[in-house]
Amino acid sequence: MNGKRSTFLISALVFGFAFLYVPILLVIIYSFNEGKLVTVWAGFSTKWYVSLFNNDGMIDAAWNSLRIGVMSATLALALGTPAGLVMSRFGRFKGRTMFSGMIAAPLVMPEVITGLSLLLLFVTLEQLVGWPAGRGLSTITIAHTTFCAAYVAVVVQSRLSGMDISVEEAAMDLGAKPAKIFFVITLPMILPALLAGWLLSFTLSLDDLVIASFVAGPGSTTLPMKVFSSVRLGVSPEINALATLIILTVSIMIVIASFLILRSERMRNRAANGSDA
Amino acid sequence: MPEAVLERAHEDVHKTQPWNNPDAVPYIRFENVTKKFGDFYAVDDVSLDIYRHELFALLGGSGCGKTTLLRMLAGFEEPTSGKIYIDGVDMAGVPAYERPTNMMFQSYALFPHMTVEQNVAFGLVQDGVSRSEIKELVAEMLGLVQMSKFAKRKPHQLSGGQRQRVALARSLIKRPKVLLLDEPLGALDKKLREQTQFELVNIQEKVGTTFVMVTHDQEEAMTMASRIAVMNEGVISQTGTPFELYEYPNSRYTANFLGQVNLLEGVLVDDDEKYAVIKSDEANCDIYIDHAVQGHEGMTFWAAIRPERLRLTKTEPEETKYNCVSGKIEEIGYLGGISTYHVRLESGKRIKVTEPNTGRHNEPTYTWEDRVWVSWEAGAASVLNK
Repeated sequence: MNGKRSTFLISALVFGFAFLYVPILLVIIYSFNEGKLVTVWAGFSTKWYVSLFNNDGMIDAAWNSLRIGVMSATLALALGTPAGLVMSRFGRFKGRTMFSGMIAAPLVMPEVITGLSLLLLFVTLEQLVGWPAGRGLSTITIAHTTFCAAYVAVVVQSRLSGMDISVEEAAMDLGAKPAKIFFVITLPMILPALLAGWLLSFTLSLDDLVIASFVAGPGSTTLPMKVFSSVRLGVSPEINALATLIILTVSIMIVIASFLILRSERMRNRAANGSDA
Repeated sequence: MPEAVLERAHEDVHKTQPWNNPDAVPYIRFENVTKKFGDFYAVDDVSLDIYRHELFALLGGSGCGKTTLLRMLAGFEEPTSGKIYIDGVDMAGVPAYERPTNMMFQSYALFPHMTVEQNVAFGLVQDGVSRSEIKELVAEMLGLVQMSKFAKRKPHQLSGGQRQRVALARSLIKRPKVLLLDEPLGALDKKLREQTQFELVNIQEKVGTTFVMVTHDQEEAMTMASRIAVMNEGVISQTGTPFELYEYPNSRYTANFLGQVNLLEGVLVDDDEKYAVIKSDEANCDIYIDHAVQGHEGMTFWAAIRPERLRLTKTEPEETKYNCVSGKIEEIGYLGGISTYHVRLESGKRIKVTEPNTGRHNEPTYTWEDRVWVSWEAGAASVLNK
């Protein structure tokens, strides 16, 4: 009976993983394809990687994406951290439920709606106050910051609520004022969460196509936009090469982020039940 | 006795027991302190005086308000009403970081990203003490708690007992007027706890700081404290030395909370200037008390008798009119040093008797279903009216 169940479980596992990862694996394999046809194998080659790096449009778009990613991840960290702090440390206050709901909203809002509403906001603002003048990198950065801040807030909040509040109280008891406690005690303790939040934001920003398409302007094509438009003209093996590189980057980021989260969790557990250490 | 000797004896008592000296000025004073959380009274109109150099314990079950009282002293909570004085200064509106108190937390709350040394130094750094002085004081304090060897370690590399020492050192280094301890030994295992109890008392004697500690463990409170306040549902039900609380409880709650007790419910039937008799239907016996009882005949009282003050015999005692009941042994608990017997009385009431096991080769005296008589002396029972 036991053996039967485990066969079933294993096949379910294999099927599930295959469903998720075979397409990605195919992309990676075909990025080393010699031939021009995307779907027909014609031998191993890295020539599409070379041609990718000679494609100026592609490189520009990647550069744009990178800049937007770094900027919006940093801004999201600056906005999301205080929000997470308020949610976990300010106890009950009027409008707390609404506040937490509004922070979580961008996580579940359809991207099309976020993109559209931001576009309307930018257009209205431009007419009213003349800023932002036209749409471009800055509007995309702002748009990405809004939804990335929500992710940072959630990550920071969960780290803070798992943290023993008496550590901060101990600092206060020993004579540290609230602002000092934040920088000397709280910040170092949530640093892994902040790093994870930043990496997550960067990845999300790098990924985003829909919102960016709404708020982009001339000369601010991001990598996903570029890929999407060139695929419409026909899939070139170059795209496969690009996709492989993106997968590589994103995986590395995710691995680092989850490693950081895991390590801080383990530290916390060890601190919590360390009497047997 | 010559008057001078008497006076000196008096002075001595006043020094070691300031609570018995009407002229002594309390070091910490709670004046009608109430703390409400919403509609819930966590602390309800508590007034309490604690004297200098005391090791004072707040004892009670969970949710009795003892921790809230401690946190109000530390400044983490403000009283809803009432006043708190430390060394004559009103603490209203004084933030935690400016109070002359330091706290040792139940979870120890060590800073995980700092070494032992940095943890202990933290309080001094906040005060802007010079580096050389900090170094000296930290080394001295780590010596006091025997943690000098571990100065460079991080908290997660320490055992529970070691962390407890670091937490103690960190909270003592600023020489606070009052050290607050929240379940100081709660996270240690039993063996280590017993050992640490005495160590903590020794350190307290060495540094002379006033300690106020919160605990739910009556044994811990009795071992360590000079005085104990027993709390129940936000109210202090009794304050006194461990001896006073154990031998002269003022309520069934205190009697039950400190040690074990048999409570026999009865009615006062005879009240004289020198003695009193309580008739207990529950135990089906008359209880003779060797002092007068405050109350009128017909009032309900409880006679509280500790299990070790009861005498167990296989034969009927000569005098059975008062303070004697018979029953059958229902349960036997062998604890090594003592044995506990549960005796089911003829009236159906169950009482607990403990007897010391004095000889190593003694045969067990009693076995299950043995018929026994339980008797006690006139002074063994304390009479409670609530």
